[in-house]
Amino acid sequence: MAADSIEREILIEASPEVVWGVITEPEQISRWFSDEAEVEGRAGADGALTWKPGGRGGEKELDVIVPIRVVDAEPFRRFSFRWNHPEGSAPDESNSALVEFSLIEEADGTRLRVIESGIDAVTHDEEDKARYLEDHEHGWEKHLGEMLDYVASKSHGATR
Amino acid sequence: MTAVAVAEDDALWAAVADPTRRRVLDSLLEHGEATTTTLAEGLPVTRQAVAKHLAVLNRVGLVAGRRRGREVRYAVQPERLDDAAEAMARVAAQWDRRLARIKRLAESVQAEAEINFQHQQGECNDRSQDWNS
Repeated sequence: MAADSIEREILIEASPEVVWGVITEPEQISRWFSDEAEVEGRAGADGALTWKPGGRGGEKELDVIVPIRVVDAEPFRRFSFRWNHPEGSAPDESNSALVEFSLIEEADGTRLRVIESGIDAVTHDEEDKARYLEDHEHGWEKHLGEMLDYVASKSHGATR
Repeated sequence: MTAVAVAEDDALWAAVADPTRRRVLDSLLEHGEATTTTLAEGLPVTRQAVAKHLAVLNRVGLVAGRRRGREVRYAVQPERLDDAAEAMARVAAQWDRRLARIKRLAESVQAEAEINFQHQQGECNDRSQDWNS
């Protein structure tokens, strides 16, 4: 796992088909992610995620519209997209973050794993970074894979 | 969030994103205080490379050097390390919340589908009873 990536997962008591619908259908995406979503569950599709004032993104004065491009869509198994690239430009490693969902069927339901990488790429531009951080500002709990464990444990060790 | 804070955060992030620099930090934390030479001995990189990494870490305030006679001894600045951990943590926290919402949504869709299915099954049973009677 790259240093500027995070990996999280959760076990969901639902079939991969149901979980797939929740993460790829615009009307469902607007219930867990942005306030509005224009997304197609098809590789190469360009779309947009919109956060409205007073919506999930919190105190904003204007709509925040974030471009998104679907990279890979393998029904019920894998869904990935790039986002946070400058509007109008093609997303790549240098200007966008990559979000990869994988769905693994288990006896009790579906294990949903998400990896977001290239976070560093979207934080080079000052304005984007400010917006990105604003979006991510609420609730700074601890946790994050090897990087966080490393930094946290070491920093406490050093304080002693 | 001010532009200055954002820029600082950015540099801090980049500083800890490099695996070798993390090893340098790691080694430094183990030693408490160390010179470039001591650090290079325990790492598979040259003294020059260690010096470069220390310069980056020093610039963002993650380590500080103290001159002692002819040598400079470096030590980790724990407060800055906490900032770095926090910066990495917020993105993860955001995904935790999104995943929790996805779980809630998917499970309610699933439960609804199962109720509908049982309902249909029930209707079938009713019908078969009609036929049998």
